[in-house]
Amino acid sequence: MATFGSFALLIALALAAYNLLAGALALRLLATGQPVAVSPERLADTARRAGIAGFVAISAAAFALIWSVFTNDFSIAYILEHSNRALPGAYKFSALWSGQEGSLLLWAWLLATYGFVLRLTHKTDVKLYAYAGSILAAIQVFFLLILNFAAPPFALFRGAIPADGNGLNPLLQYPEMVIHPPMLYLGYVGFAVPFCFGLGPLMMRYPGEKWIKITRTWTMVTWLFLTCGIFLGMHWAYAVLGWGGYWGWDPVENASFMPWLTGTAFLHSVMMQEKKGMMKSWNVWLVFSTFLLTMLGTLLTRAGLVSSVHAFAQSSIGTWFVIFMGLVLAVCIFTYIMQRDHLKAEHKIESLVSRESSFLFNNLVLLVACFVILWGTLFPVISEYVVGNKVTMGAPWYNRVAVPIGLFLLFLTGVGPLLPWRSTSLRAIRRNFILPVITLWVAVIVCFAAGVNPMKDNQFDTGNFYALIAFSLSAAVFAAIVSEFFRGARVISRQTHKDLFSSMYLLTRRNTRRYGGYLIHIGVVIVVIGLAGSAFNTSQESEMTLHDRLVIGPYTLEQVGATQDDNANYGSEWAILDVYKDGKKQFQMLPEKRVYHSTQQPQTMVAVHSLPWWDLYVIYEGTNPSTGQPIIKAIINPLVGWIWFGVAFIVFGTVIALVPSITPITAALRVPAVRTVPTEPVLHGGD
Amino acid sequence: MGTLIQFPQRTENTHMASHPERPQAKQGGVEGAAVRKPGKRLTFWLKTGQALALAVAVCFTLGATDAGKRYIDMNHRLMCTCGCAEILGECNHVGCPNSTEELDLLRSGIDAGDSDKKIFTTFAGKYGATVLAAPPAEGFNLVAWIAPFAVFAAALLGTILLVRHWSIGKNEFATEPGDPEMDALRDRIRRETGEEGGY
Repeated sequence: MATFGSFALLIALALAAYNLLAGALALRLLATGQPVAVSPERLADTARRAGIAGFVAISAAAFALIWSVFTNDFSIAYILEHSNRALPGAYKFSALWSGQEGSLLLWAWLLATYGFVLRLTHKTDVKLYAYAGSILAAIQVFFLLILNFAAPPFALFRGAIPADGNGLNPLLQYPEMVIHPPMLYLGYVGFAVPFCFGLGPLMMRYPGEKWIKITRTWTMVTWLFLTCGIFLGMHWAYAVLGWGGYWGWDPVENASFMPWLTGTAFLHSVMMQEKKGMMKSWNVWLVFSTFLLTMLGTLLTRAGLVSSVHAFAQSSIGTWFVIFMGLVLAVCIFTYIMQRDHLKAEHKIESLVSRESSFLFNNLVLLVACFVILWGTLFPVISEYVVGNKVTMGAPWYNRVAVPIGLFLLFLTGVGPLLPWRSTSLRAIRRNFILPVITLWVAVIVCFAAGVNPMKDNQFDTGNFYALIAFSLSAAVFAAIVSEFFRGARVISRQTHKDLFSSMYLLTRRNTRRYGGYLIHIGVVIVVIGLAGSAFNTSQESEMTLHDRLVIGPYTLEQVGATQDDNANYGSEWAILDVYKDGKKQFQMLPEKRVYHSTQQPQTMVAVHSLPWWDLYVIYEGTNPSTGQPIIKAIINPLVGWIWFGVAFIVFGTVIALVPSITPITAALRVPAVRTVPTEPVLHGGD
Repeated sequence: MGTLIQFPQRTENTHMASHPERPQAKQGGVEGAAVRKPGKRLTFWLKTGQALALAVAVCFTLGATDAGKRYIDMNHRLMCTCGCAEILGECNHVGCPNSTEELDLLRSGIDAGDSDKKIFTTFAGKYGATVLAAPPAEGFNLVAWIAPFAVFAAALLGTILLVRHWSIGKNEFATEPGDPEMDALRDRIRRETGEEGGY
């Protein structure tokens, strides 16, 4: 199977190279109009077909690796290092991305899959897709070169083949880890497609704005995957790592967050281009930057440039990535300089207080946030290089720098949709902002009443201060979005005589993109509320003998026993804890500690009891070696469940935004022209 | 993993005080046509900025005094040095060779009444600078703290100036503000031409 896999990768490289060269030649011939023996159209079509065949070849290679994992083919070094016989079936798939070579193969496979879809839908615009397909082939060539020559997944083990493998990293042996990396990769790799649709049209001076619509759709899909990937990773960290948190500002996490931020910025500013013909250069560079950031993220975590606790695979392929990134950047800059006159804006922003400005500021804040994270990730390297002193940029630094920026972004989330295009009047501001402002102050009062007081015990508490701002702003933003929904629904309700709920549904169907976007914003608000809850975390840790009790918040945990288990993959210890509230037994929790036989690495399996207002999070930390007593740590994490609920909202909103809008019978539903005092927004069909 | 995103419980951050958010509610467009009094407006914004800076400075220079709270706070500003890359207060390795010793050192420093700076200096001297979860705001490390806010401020200012530059010349076509009939007419035109529909 190793030979088959290696051969498939070689064929894939040849096909990708043909796709690139033939595609580029065909496009060149089409551009110059030179008469040649083979028609450029046919040549371009063979290039496209080579791309499709390349997908088949890479799929075959991926299948060969998966097959080898399942058949315990330890003659392949990669399988030996990342799997073992006792590994459960589902986690055998995880072996595909647990190491350097496998994860690069997954990258190439997903890129080929995206390319396959792109090439199948080429009839949308043959020439545009030919450009995009050729650029995609260039990226594919890069990954296949690495897979064939720098990090071959089918390299054979030298020496006597051991009877069993080294096993999979225990941290990956968790159900979410079967979904989280592919999701993240789908997001990461997917940004290559918007990049191709950004660079291609610029190269060919594509007329009109069709390309930006194609790019937006691809970006939304990719963004959705990346969002899911990031949050699945957060949930995994929360459930497995056993430190009570979900985000540690680790370089790997940061690497996934940076393209998410620039992708989000693009999804906002692209509206300016579609509606106003503005920010064309900006958008092109956002697409370029997003792709380059995905590459940089890979470089950071794979090349060992920065240390990370979950950079599962490191090697010396950094040079490859540096060269590739340099080439990509050079091509981007060259193309931009040559074609920049094609990106001239059709309009300019007319007022500081307008929808356009809010988009601009929103983009600005997102990019500053991206810079902050990049700065924080790279500063240890910079510091070491400049003054020879390595420093740690941990959570305290990010919390101080990033939280205020995040809150400002939340503020813009609420303000932006309330501002009209072009410019606004004081009257319009008063009308649109009165409800959010009232809500803001009511929320402040409610928060104070609930004990969220930055000046508790005559001491300023930064956590409470930020939480107060976060809760109040969230309430205001929520009110702003809901008022937008209601205003629109009221108009439809009046004209169609439907109830408000049906009108809201109809409203959303008629402009899925706008109202889907609002749902995403609601999701973000819910997530922020969940994040703000961390200011009120409390924890208790104790050695517990039989019938010892540990009190945390309203709960009392009683240790009623401990047990052990053993299977082929791991041995485990469990603590059995009865949980009491108000003197009555409520439920039982079973925190677990595992030790994997193959790697002898321990892993925490946290017991979590989730409620809307908090999670009771219990960790069995093992036994104290000196006393032999089990150590239990209990944490109350307020509002964590809101984060996962908010994500579900974001996903729902994104799916809604991706659904095409229905076209209304506009003439019948237009606001009567005779009215001079408007109270409702305009209705739009589609975008 | 390190620590969770948390809304920090610490209060010492003098950098924040030196970079208050820039006032930005300059109205352009229709409102921009109003008679401007730059002197008064500038004074107003300067005073507002001063007040904000003072408020933030006061907030961020007040410190927690309770020993227990200080202990928790400080162990969240130090790293465990065993290689787990976790915040000291959240290191959950049973039998961790370093965290117990580090926590004892921290406890003894607090009990002795040492200042935060002295405790951190002791830690950095013993374990190296990477034991601090965030670099101290001194020397070259100051760049780490200043750069994000400087970039933010520069970008914000640049954008405001750019938009103002673009908006010059547009205002002369704007009608007098505060005319409800004209406002309503403009709103109606926007609605009917699809200008107001976002997204």
